Amino acid sequence: MSSINFNTTWQYAPAPESTDHIALKEQYELFINNKFIKPKEGKYFETLNPSTGKKIASIAEAGEADVDAAVKAARNAYNKVWSKMSGKDRGKYIYRIARLLQERAREFAVIESMDGGKPIRESRDIDIPLAAAHFFYYAGWADKLEYAFPNRQPKSMGVAGQVIPWNFPLLMAAWKIAPALATGNTIVIKPAETTPLTALKLAELIQEADLPPGVVNIVTGAGQTGAAIVNHPDIDKIAFTGSTGVGKIIQNAIAGTRKKATLELGGKAANIILEDAAIDQAVEGIINGIYFNQGHVCCAGSRLFVQEGVYDEVIRKLKARMETLIVGDPLDKNTDIGAINSKSQLGTIERYIQSGIDEGAEMYQSSCELPKTKGYWCRPTLFTNTSQSHKIVKEEIFGPVLAVQSFRTVEEVIQKANNTPYGLSAGVWTDKGSKIFRLTNKLRAGVIWANTYNKFDPTAPFGGFKESGFGREGGLHGLAAYLKI
Amino acid sequence: MAKKNTKIKASSNGSHNQNGTSHQDISLSVQKTYKLYIGGKFPRTESGRYYKLKNSKGKFVANMCRGSRKDFRMAVVAARKAQSSWAGRTAYNRSQILYRIAEMLEGRKEQFITELVELGSTTTAAKKEVQLSIDRLVYYAGWADKYQQIFSSVNPVASSHFNFSILEPMGVVSAFAPEELGLLGLVSIIAPAICGGNSIIILADEKLATPAISFAEVIHTSDVPGGVINILTGLRSELKGHFSSHMDVNAIVYTGDDKQDIIDIEHNAVKNLKRVRVYDLDWYSEAAQSPYMIMDLQETKTTWHPIAHDMTGGGGAY
Repeated sequence: MSSINFNTTWQYAPAPESTDHIALKEQYELFINNKFIKPKEGKYFETLNPSTGKKIASIAEAGEADVDAAVKAARNAYNKVWSKMSGKDRGKYIYRIARLLQERAREFAVIESMDGGKPIRESRDIDIPLAAAHFFYYAGWADKLEYAFPNRQPKSMGVAGQVIPWNFPLLMAAWKIAPALATGNTIVIKPAETTPLTALKLAELIQEADLPPGVVNIVTGAGQTGAAIVNHPDIDKIAFTGSTGVGKIIQNAIAGTRKKATLELGGKAANIILEDAAIDQAVEGIINGIYFNQGHVCCAGSRLFVQEGVYDEVIRKLKARMETLIVGDPLDKNTDIGAINSKSQLGTIERYIQSGIDEGAEMYQSSCELPKTKGYWCRPTLFTNTSQSHKIVKEEIFGPVLAVQSFRTVEEVIQKANNTPYGLSAGVWTDKGSKIFRLTNKLRAGVIWANTYNKFDPTAPFGGFKESGFGREGGLHGLAAYLKI
Repeated sequence: MAKKNTKIKASSNGSHNQNGTSHQDISLSVQKTYKLYIGGKFPRTESGRYYKLKNSKGKFVANMCRGSRKDFRMAVVAARKAQSSWAGRTAYNRSQILYRIAEMLEGRKEQFITELVELGSTTTAAKKEVQLSIDRLVYYAGWADKYQQIFSSVNPVASSHFNFSILEPMGVVSAFAPEELGLLGLVSIIAPAICGGNSIIILADEKLATPAISFAEVIHTSDVPGGVINILTGLRSELKGHFSSHMDVNAIVYTGDDKQDIIDIEHNAVKNLKRVRVYDLDWYSEAAQSPYMIMDLQETKTTWHPIAHDMTGGGGAY
């Protein structure tokens, strides 16, 4: 099969999702005690549409005094209302959020793609439905906690401070908020500065759900706002998703305090293709593993290991498949790869690509056209001829850049795959069941996808080994992060 | 029989008999040289240093090895080497080995009671401590093939996948034995760690070090593979920095309530995101044994696999 040329007269017609039905304000305030209030220092920052570079809205920047007000609101709500409420009623509130989110799912999906740059197909089919499902799942736990931990009477912790990233803005908010509420804690949460909109829309839902004031407080801002949450003395629990670097700063900051932490950090996952894998399916899995959400995925399969016997075939098919990927308007339903989330992230990715070239790896990029806008775009990229010591193999890039290595034996690939400080996820492709279990047993990572990749579910615990963080989110195990057991 | 381990009569090939002045009734005790336990061997500390262990009344008990950073590093190498095959043993086998440790300890009760009394314990308290130590080992022997069933899960995901979460040991654990109850405290930390497939390097309490090294002899005769349990003696103040900052240690167990110790250890642990566990328990109590202490040193691993009729690979998003 020769590769197909997709840049011929056969073009996809644009199929943009309508933005008519979404309601966005020009300016967003902080959400404290169920009210939208102005930041005390009066500072605002802009959130941009990364596919155009244009401003969408002004966002309040929370200073220390604002964070303090949010923590006080959360403490007050915890002491007076939320810790006293029955699990049954807590559950009902969370169910309300789930339902309201399902009702307005399309609106949220469009805003998520506008604010963050991800393809509408992903925000519509993955991010928003999974966020709603997460609330629905944890709602049901609220009155059943003693069944989760045999011989224990679990107790809530108090006020949870949560800081989330820009790659799955609403989904990460759901991962944090749903279990914290189900377990009886109150919340101060900070969305990422480049993607605050869906969290602020969620604040509207929380008002509509009539949650008691102060149970969920949403403060927007950048790193300093996050630091104010982490360092606030009246926070009992820190939950953070983001880079390993920041995770370590947080862990250092709370050393010796009573604060408990769960950290969901970086990754550099091995995606391993054995000779007896179903190759066409594996190629789909490689594509999904690294190019899903522009590669802005902590569990992205960014290190590809291909067994020698099928190496040429896999690379040939992979390159052909890369040619079919459409980089384009995030709101277009044909788009496979949207906009890079921010100018600064694009700069980071480009520096890594350059380092790959400089260190002697061989680059291949799809020949697709990039949109002619002032947005931030990156072609799907792969590097062959890489080695374990290359920066693009060692460090998390958080972009659509794949580093490929070959291997001969299963022992060798286990050793190579585990030779990293990270341990978040891994992929294994083979049609032989016993080999799957040998590999999944030996790979030091918290989530293993066998003959699939990048699947998520509210019932499935997610989280890392080693420097990819600790604690789990999702499933029964995700409850433990918010309880004294 | 047990007594002979500590108060062995001078025998015909002992040095006191070489000059032929043997008396039938003289029973001069042979004092034990207490060494370290690393990788299934009993080396002296590479540093050549020692400290004098005195009992609560100030009486000299023994010269103990004052373990060094290098000793600790050797122990980590041994523990790393042993860990994966230990975790790879069947749960049934780990269960039997834990039970075997209890059997060996049972047979040497008298020795440990003597040692504990020598350190200042009353006979009644020493008897209780040894008995509880044996019981605790039997308790965890029973858990080895059960905790996985209690704490694992099959996750009903909303897609065509089989999905399950199981527990895996964190790996190499460094630990400080409690500053009380030289045998029971030590056993209470070691047992849940190895029950869950970890290997451990534990620092005996400075003042209660003799039963810790004698316990190494029990381990040594219980089919525990070398390197799974490593016991050092030395100064906590000197070694805590190394125990908490070593990059090939996955988790650290601290016992006690010294605020500054805890802060230092938590700061050092950040270097490779070691999991830090702090216990300040009454080691006699029921609360000092639970499957949650096994869980404290476990990671959760979630595995996904498609179910055949939707075997589309990872292409869901494309």
